[in-house]
Amino acid sequence: MKSFFQTNLGQAWLVLLLALIFGSSLAGVQAALGPRIEDNKLKETLEKVPVVILGQTAADDLAAKGEPLTITPNTVSIDKNGITKFYTLYRADYADGTTAGWVAKSSGQGYADKIELLVGMDGNAQKVTGLFILDQKETPGLGNRIVEDEWRAQFSGLSTDTPFKVVKIGKGGVNEIDAISGATISSRSVTKLVNQAVSDLKPQVAQLKTSGKKGEK
Amino acid sequence: MADQPTASERFLQGILPENPVYRQLLGLCPTLAVTNGMKPAITMAVSVAFVLVCANVVISLIRNLLKPHLRIVIFTLTIATFVTIADRVLAAYLYQMSKTLGPYIPLIIVNCIIICRCEVCASKQSPFIAASDALGQAIGFGLALSSIAAVREILGTGGLFGIQLLPAAWPDWVIMVLPPGAFITLGLLLGFVNWLGMRKSGGSI
Repeated sequence: MKSFFQTNLGQAWLVLLLALIFGSSLAGVQAALGPRIEDNKLKETLEKVPVVILGQTAADDLAAKGEPLTITPNTVSIDKNGITKFYTLYRADYADGTTAGWVAKSSGQGYADKIELLVGMDGNAQKVTGLFILDQKETPGLGNRIVEDEWRAQFSGLSTDTPFKVVKIGKGGVNEIDAISGATISSRSVTKLVNQAVSDLKPQVAQLKTSGKKGEK
Repeated sequence: MADQPTASERFLQGILPENPVYRQLLGLCPTLAVTNGMKPAITMAVSVAFVLVCANVVISLIRNLLKPHLRIVIFTLTIATFVTIADRVLAAYLYQMSKTLGPYIPLIIVNCIIICRCEVCASKQSPFIAASDALGQAIGFGLALSSIAAVREILGTGGLFGIQLLPAAWPDWVIMVLPPGAFITLGLLLGFVNWLGMRKSGGSI
C-alpha cells in the first residue's frame, strides 16, 4: 500500500495548507479594509451624482454658486420572476425643492469581472442624462474604454422609452449604441446593465416622486 | 551551493546588469501601460516591490518543502495573495490612484519578473539572499519605470509630477502620453542602455 505522502492528497498538503493560511489572511485584510473601500466608493458616488445628472460644467457651476444638489439615497427592491433585486436609487434635489434627477447604482457581470456603474435619469425618468463607471476590470486598451467620456456620452439625452441596443457598425436607429471595436462583450454588458436599471426603476421613480411629495406636505 | 551568487551580488545585479526591463525584457505590460506619468509609475513600482519582496521571502522560507511539479502552483498562490493585499490597500488609501492603475495591479499576478525571481533565486537560496535579490530587482524595475515615465511626462505635458518644467511655449507632445509614446520611449531607451553597455564592455555595434 502506498504511504499517505505518495498519494495525490499527500503531495498537495503544502498547497492546501498555504491556501488555508493565505485565504484566512486575505479575509482578515478584507475585514480590516473593506469598510474604508466602501466609504471611498460612496464618497465618489455622491460626488458623481450631480455630474451624471447635470453634466460636468453645470454641476461645477452649481457647486461654485454654493447651491449643491441635495442627495437622498433610497433603497428600492424589485420582485422579478420570484427574485428580489435591490438597487440604490439616489434622488437629487435643487435648493428650491424641485427634483433635478435620479441616479441608480447598478452592477453585473462584464467581460472580465463585475462592472459597477451609475445611471443618471432626469426628474421624470424620461431621459438618460449620463453614465459613470464606478468599478471595472475589463481588458486594458479594449474593454476598459467603457470608462472614456466619448463612449459614455452616447447614452446622454436618449429616451428611456425603448431599450438601448448595441450595434457593431453604422448606428443610426433609435437608441442604438456603437460597440467599442474589440470589446463588444463589455459594451453589451454595460448596455444591458443600463437597460435593466432603467426598466426596473422607471416605474419606481414615479411612485417615489408622489410619495416623496406627500411626505413634504 | 558554492556557485550561487551572494546577497550583495544578487542585489547589484538586479539594478543594472540584470535589470528586469532593460536587460531581461520582463514585465513590459505594466511598463508600457502605466508610464504615462511619474505618479502611476512610482505607485506601480512600489506595489511590485512589495509583492516581489514578500513572495521571494515566503518562497525561500518554504523552499525545502517544495515539490518540483507543484512549485508553479505554490508560486502563483503566494504571488496572488500579496497582489490582492496590495490591491486592497491601494483601494483603501489611494482610491483615485487605484482607479487610474485599474486592472494593472491585479495583473501583477502574471508579471514574469516575480515568478522568474521565485524560480531563479528564492526557491534555491536563503531568505536573506532572496530578499536582497528582490530588492535589487525591484529597484531596477522602479528605475526603469521612472526613467520611461520621466521622458514621457516631460515631453508629453512639459512637466513632472504636475510641475511645469519646460517653457510654456512647449507644444505638448500628446503622443508621448498615449500608448505609441510608450513604445517609442521604451525602444529608444532600450537602445541607449544597450549602447552604453556595449561601449563599457569595449564591444562595437
